[in-house]
Amino acid sequence: MSEQSRNDLKIESRLAQIGSIQEPVTGAVSFPIYQATAFRHPKLGQSTGFDYARTKSPTRKVLEDAIAQLESGDAGFACSSGMAALQTIFALFSQGDHLIVSLDLYGGTYRLLEKIMSRFGVTATYVDTNDLDALESHYRPNTKAVVIETPTNPLMMITDLEKVCAWAKKKNILSIVDNTLLTPFFQRPIELGADVVIHSATKYLGGHNDVLAGLIVTKGKELSEQMAFLHNSIGAVLNPQDSWLLMRGMKTLAIRMERHQYNATRMASFLQTHPQVESVYYPGLESHPNYDVQSRQSSGNTGIFSFKVNDARLIEPILRHIELIAFAESLGGVESLMTYPAVQTHADIPEEIRRQIGVDDRLLRFSVGIEHIEDLIADLSRAIALAQAEIEGV
Amino acid sequence: MAEPTRTHASRQFATKLIHFGKEIDPATGASSTPIYQASTFHQADVDANQPYDYTRSGNPTRQALEDYIALLEGGTRGFAFASGMAAISAAFMLLSAGDHVICTEDVYGGTYRLLSTIMTRMNVETTFVDMTDLDKVKAALKPNTKVVYMETPSNPTLRITDIAAVTAWAKEHDLLTMVDNTFMTPYHQRPIELGVDIVLHSATKFLGGHSDVTAGLAVVANDDIGQQMKAVQNGLGTILGVSDSWLLMRGMKTLQNRMEAHEISAKRLASWLAAHPAVGRVYYPGLESHPGRDIHEKQSLGYGAVVSFDVGSEERAKQVLAKVQIPLVAVSLGAVESILSYPAMMSHAAMPREVRLERGITDGLIRYSVGLENIDDLLEDLEQALQG
Repeated sequence: MSEQSRNDLKIESRLAQIGSIQEPVTGAVSFPIYQATAFRHPKLGQSTGFDYARTKSPTRKVLEDAIAQLESGDAGFACSSGMAALQTIFALFSQGDHLIVSLDLYGGTYRLLEKIMSRFGVTATYVDTNDLDALESHYRPNTKAVVIETPTNPLMMITDLEKVCAWAKKKNILSIVDNTLLTPFFQRPIELGADVVIHSATKYLGGHNDVLAGLIVTKGKELSEQMAFLHNSIGAVLNPQDSWLLMRGMKTLAIRMERHQYNATRMASFLQTHPQVESVYYPGLESHPNYDVQSRQSSGNTGIFSFKVNDARLIEPILRHIELIAFAESLGGVESLMTYPAVQTHADIPEEIRRQIGVDDRLLRFSVGIEHIEDLIADLSRAIALAQAEIEGV
Repeated sequence: MAEPTRTHASRQFATKLIHFGKEIDPATGASSTPIYQASTFHQADVDANQPYDYTRSGNPTRQALEDYIALLEGGTRGFAFASGMAAISAAFMLLSAGDHVICTEDVYGGTYRLLSTIMTRMNVETTFVDMTDLDKVKAALKPNTKVVYMETPSNPTLRITDIAAVTAWAKEHDLLTMVDNTFMTPYHQRPIELGVDIVLHSATKFLGGHSDVTAGLAVVANDDIGQQMKAVQNGLGTILGVSDSWLLMRGMKTLQNRMEAHEISAKRLASWLAAHPAVGRVYYPGLESHPGRDIHEKQSLGYGAVVSFDVGSEERAKQVLAKVQIPLVAVSLGAVESILSYPAMMSHAAMPREVRLERGITDGLIRYSVGLENIDDLLEDLEQALQG
């Protein structure tokens, strides 16, 4: 089958066959792990295409080509973590540049911008990126990019990508979209006008809570060349072993995402009617304010959602009583994880900003795994009941 | 076993390489640190502060490596990064816009590229000076100077910087000092003992030693810089992967034996080249004629395994590279395999030609990283390549 016709296959087929025909010597269907840093030159001035592993490495390249193709971009770049990918992208900017960033953003992104990029004179304004008036009023002559998370984490706010990327194009600024929560299986921002897609591949793409990795996909020749320069110069590259493990995880992305979505929807619906739960934030529920936009731009929904209990005193005992669901940071793995954003992922965001967007001390984030949904519901409902009994002093 | 202790620190280097505090798994007694291929850690209690929560912030396998290199370099804390350039980038991210750096002029091409392109855009300015001359370093001082960056011996012309002298002067002016210690490794040279604040490594080279791991390491001299470095490492996330952390430790256990064998061969090669009629200048700090040899011997216990030599022209260099049979012609160095490289077109291709020539990196210069093959085989092979 030619490369072109392989690219025309459905996404499930392309995922299952990542790297399966790239190995020319032995025909191995799993691409080898090239644990090598240097590559012999046939003669001076001639190269096999590989010189030094930081610049380009065979195993990493198969992964990079795969993610570029899956996201409908022109080039892919694998980094040592999601934050390393973000830092590599931010190195596009110079002193005096300004960014517009999603208000409800990941705590690590906020920390990178406020604690590190700010020292180099790159500033950021945090707005609801779905609000065109807000974007327009915070746009400055030195604004160089809009950085969008959709859905946001943990409050699951949705940005209309087509609308906002078109606005960015008109302003001649870059649109950078964090696609971690939906993955290209459900959403492909470049097809909706984005210039750069970023992933914490530690999450759904890897999917097994065992690999830390970040991915970047760029659209356009010039931007792809700039990113290749930065990727090589900064050197925050992903190692061969983890590149291989990540591809291995991506082969089951489609079936995992379908199960994550099913379980998350069941769990969110269960909690929506629970007496101790005040609200549930999940774009897969019809009650979500941007349900329509989400249904239009994505073919499905992520496996995480957040919910607010009606009494902050419930949090500690709920986390103590869950047995099947693990209390841990991170998301997107086959195992279910519960996170307390106010003290874990979002601890670096100042309390007034956290409260303004609603990440308060009653909010829990649930990354629903692929266990059986009835076991998960039983575990959480038991933990809430025990917590409720404790605070009532029963 | 717990953190490396005073007992660990008081032992001989060869012993530290094997017994560094984390070489035995406390849970099972396994004779090698387990590979904790986990991104996150279950938190048993929301209020308890567990040592590990998320692998970017800390991982037991990476931590073992970080403690290991800190012990070897005599620093307070170590940090492992995805590549040598990721470690160097992280060190420069301690700075802010408006700051100024004084850097050795024959610095590694990748560091030169970082400083002259990306850091410049962040408004961090660098003056490149000949660091063999302390007066030139002093003359580069500006009110906004924050860092003095050294590489000794330098790459590829192996020029020597007096670490203690530069560091003493830098301290008078409250400047942060950084040394790229890749060529010497802590077996031969420990800059922190000479007063340096941050030691950097492309651990891809001698520390890893097998041309199979891309990695960078940083070691700091005190807790204050350690906390700043931790914030940058965690904030940027340019950390070393778990399996590579393990492979690097595995490589480091044989560091002393490898370095000793590399050096015996490198000395033979350098003397042989110096007497060879077809070879011009030979650069190796172990040669008596090497400028800066006295300073080098004061601050280092050995000469390393990298020898550079000039064959006179691009044409001659290309002939040698085409004809050698044993060494790999490749970028990189510091491995069990001998590696021959051509700085003008490889490691220093990022440097403009006129700048390169000014720094002695001529069109005829070849860099030889001597491996663990038999030296007689290597000399015989090089002889036939030079004759051509």
